[in-house]
Amino acid sequence: MKQITKWLSVVAILAMTCAVSQAANIVVKGSDTMVILAQKWAETYMQKHSDAKIQVAGGGSGVGFAALQQQTVDIANASRKIKATEIETCIKTFGKRPTEYKVALDGLSVYVNAVNSIKELSIDQLAGVFTGKIKNWKELGGADAPIMVYSRENSSGTYEFFKENVLKGRDFAANAQPMQGTAALLQSVAKDKNAIGYGGAAYGAGAKHLAIKKDDSSAAIEPTEETIVSGKYPIWRYLFVYVNPTLDKGQIAHYLNWIRSDEGQSVVKNVGYFPLPKNLRE
Amino acid sequence: MQTIPNTHTPEPVAHFHRSRFDAWSFLFTGVTGACTYLIIAILLLILGNIVLNGYSHFSWRFLTGGADRGMYDPETAGVLPMIVGTASRIILMTIFVIPVGVITALYMTEYAHSTSLGIRIIRGAVANLAGVPSIVFGLFGWGFFLNFIGTHMDQLLHPEAAKAVWGKPALIWASLTLAVMTLPVVIVATEEALKSIPHGLREASLALGATKLQTVLRIVLPQAMPGILTGGILAISRAAGEVAPILFTGAVSFYPDLPKALTDPFMDLGYHVFILSTQSPNIEQTRPLLYATVMALLLLTFLLNVMAILVRAQMRRKLRALQ
Amino acid sequence: MSFKTPNTARRTEGWMGLKRGHRARPLEWMIEQLIQFVSYSAIIMVFLIFVFVTREALPILLGQMDSAAVRPSLSMDEAMKLPEADLRKYLNMTQSEFAKADAESIKMLVELRIESSATETTDKDAKLNTTQWSHLLGPYQWSGYTQPEYIWQPVGTIHKYNIVPLLVGSLKVSFIALAFALPLALGAAIYVSQLANPRIKEWLKPAIELLAGLPSVVLGFFAMLVMATFLQNVFGYTTRLNAFLAGIALGLAVIPLVFSIAEDALTSVPRSYTQAALALGSSRWQAAYQIVLPAALPGVFAAAVLGFGRALGETMIVLMTSSASIISWNIFDSARPITASIAAELAEAVFGGHHYRILFMLGALLFTVTFLLNLIGDVVVHRLKRRLEGKA
Repeated sequence: MKQITKWLSVVAILAMTCAVSQAANIVVKGSDTMVILAQKWAETYMQKHSDAKIQVAGGGSGVGFAALQQQTVDIANASRKIKATEIETCIKTFGKRPTEYKVALDGLSVYVNAVNSIKELSIDQLAGVFTGKIKNWKELGGADAPIMVYSRENSSGTYEFFKENVLKGRDFAANAQPMQGTAALLQSVAKDKNAIGYGGAAYGAGAKHLAIKKDDSSAAIEPTEETIVSGKYPIWRYLFVYVNPTLDKGQIAHYLNWIRSDEGQSVVKNVGYFPLPKNLRE
Repeated sequence: MQTIPNTHTPEPVAHFHRSRFDAWSFLFTGVTGACTYLIIAILLLILGNIVLNGYSHFSWRFLTGGADRGMYDPETAGVLPMIVGTASRIILMTIFVIPVGVITALYMTEYAHSTSLGIRIIRGAVANLAGVPSIVFGLFGWGFFLNFIGTHMDQLLHPEAAKAVWGKPALIWASLTLAVMTLPVVIVATEEALKSIPHGLREASLALGATKLQTVLRIVLPQAMPGILTGGILAISRAAGEVAPILFTGAVSFYPDLPKALTDPFMDLGYHVFILSTQSPNIEQTRPLLYATVMALLLLTFLLNVMAILVRAQMRRKLRALQ
Repeated sequence: MSFKTPNTARRTEGWMGLKRGHRARPLEWMIEQLIQFVSYSAIIMVFLIFVFVTREALPILLGQMDSAAVRPSLSMDEAMKLPEADLRKYLNMTQSEFAKADAESIKMLVELRIESSATETTDKDAKLNTTQWSHLLGPYQWSGYTQPEYIWQPVGTIHKYNIVPLLVGSLKVSFIALAFALPLALGAAIYVSQLANPRIKEWLKPAIELLAGLPSVVLGFFAMLVMATFLQNVFGYTTRLNAFLAGIALGLAVIPLVFSIAEDALTSVPRSYTQAALALGSSRWQAAYQIVLPAALPGVFAAAVLGFGRALGETMIVLMTSSASIISWNIFDSARPITASIAAELAEAVFGGHHYRILFMLGALLFTVTFLLNLIGDVVVHRLKRRLEGKA
């Protein structure tokens, strides 16, 4: 009995003393899509600047914004643009609009199974397929088979982007299967010969990437680094970081500048996204 | 109707009748037996699948490696931050839950009248707390601990700070949430232990002039120690694999540092299993990593469960000898 | 849960009786008061859970949220002329927020409102407040649809928050889980408590209870990776992740709970019942099936109710195995339970926004339902226990 109380109190005291340890000087949080990228940046930056201590955590774009608003982080990663209501809460709590920085490009590919004979689709056709209006591959000039639509979980930034920009705000078909991650989606598309899905252009082992036509009259563009960075390929987005402007000075400002420098942008390609065009770097 | 004493000793009648063959009896026994062994077969199948796929990647390097070089790379990624995260939230939870649970059980058995209204309400609350869905605990932890307690602590302790210190997902909030969740486990186990202590002990102590509190602290509590330990271990093994309550209160998908302060977020074994199986950039490549992580989690919870079962058996044997 | 009454129960009352003659010293008195206070923590916690989960959902319950994508916007001059109370209401601020804000932030908020109104859609549904009860529960013909439908599509320009598909998903998956778990667990409980050789029994019981030691995230992982492929090969359905898979995986989590409650209930039936039946010449199985099982039936019912409650509230398994939120009675179609939605969506929802509050409302609903199920299960178990002990 005494032994155990003694042991317990030792643990308790240890835990209590731990409470006052030092935290990192730059805290980054947000989008799960960007966790690996943010982590690579932090790692590379810390190797160069030994005085910097950067802490990266995931959770989701919304979590990042909530933390930015509650001032628990310095930098929020987001794979979508901040919403008006989120800017509102920021202004209400710290009286400033968060500063937005574009930090990378991401191209979205549409995947089909490798044996599918379809090679290109227009944005309108894609919208028809993903909203459930087009139900059979026959209608697109393919084999006579029902289309199996794979989508993403609605908490993903990719989902929202695709919905707004390809479906033009219309709903996904009710029976579209929401997948938790791009890899899981790709795996399903690779196994199911009637499947169609979407995800990062840098992914893609095992499935075929469709060439996309902006409208019926334009040419079909393959998703490659060149076409995405030049903006020819129609489905692409920025990745963002947001920062409280009062904190955007000193080391944090230096870090944010470094991210958008050539050195920082060279990291982007290694993790499956595309560097910003030169004119957007500062 | 008379009170019938409940004897649990197996009576010989059971074997006496076995010799007589009876088709219905055979069928009935066969079907129910098949149910039993089917459940066990499924359990073995799950365990077998995990061990067969996981053990090749399960190594010392894997257990002691960090995630600071990327958490999806099977060559370098380890689970040390997750093990430390899970262990710290469990230890903290134990510190919170054991005293409260034990005191509640003491009050229920030693102080209050067993049929009083207060006790009946406490009992109802305990039973209900045990049945609250784990995700609701997550919502509660987020709404109460983080956004209510945490934010108010910040207003009181750090009114000038630019960053919130307490009002964010942290180790302490996850532990507190889990402590609320496992409170019924500790209360029930301790109560059972207290009830099985012979009354003569208490009476003897009082007869020797000890006060009630002295009796409770020096005589009753030490006797109940194995029961309290069982409760603690059961609570730990229940909490070790829980993910839903910590989703919003402290666990993050990536945080390669070991948690050093109560206000740090942490990586967690169970949550990491979820992340690896849904967010991995390359499922085939990270599969061994995933299986090994599951194995680490299972090893942790199973060791705790086996411990609980052994301690309970030991305690029952001792108490039976006492009576 | 144990039905064994300690044989010290009667003497406990005598021990309690000592309290009457016992007068504690001042320090002890204080400690005793403290003990009493701490012991109410379980009650306080249940109360707090209810209060704090409901608190976040309150604006939805009271109909104070507005999710309309189109909000009326005033020009800067108009807004600045508004009386303070109206301006505060227009900007949707609380009293304390308004008091804290300086003139510049107010200006910024008004500007933001004008800005966001410039990018609004012309969709006819954009003016709707989708957090009204009629939209939460009733079907509606959204633009682009050919008939009124129940739609859960919380993310997008128009937030469709109909919770019916989630309710259906939860019920469907839980019923499948129960249909799978109940016969198996019950059969096992009868076998272990009535028919098995006592020596084997000592091994069987902990083995089944070991299943309860499998964390739900591990069951979810196993279902998603291994069972999904296996069941798809056996049944040949098209959707890989569906209600059937989720139900079976959930069933595995429910089995140990149903088993231990049912086994306890069966064991607590006095041996004399069986002995009497055997003495009258019935066989083992007749005694078990016709005497013990009916006597323990309320306990079996309680096991089913509590198992159902557990299935409704289980999160990680359904999060990993569930999928699209559609209403369909085909068990091989997708389903999306409430818990999966909360776990998957809360992290991305705007903090304090309508999606966030709807998820909390679903949590409050879940809490209330499981609270009632637990109450029923508990009352039934309690009654059974008293009846078998001959007190009623």
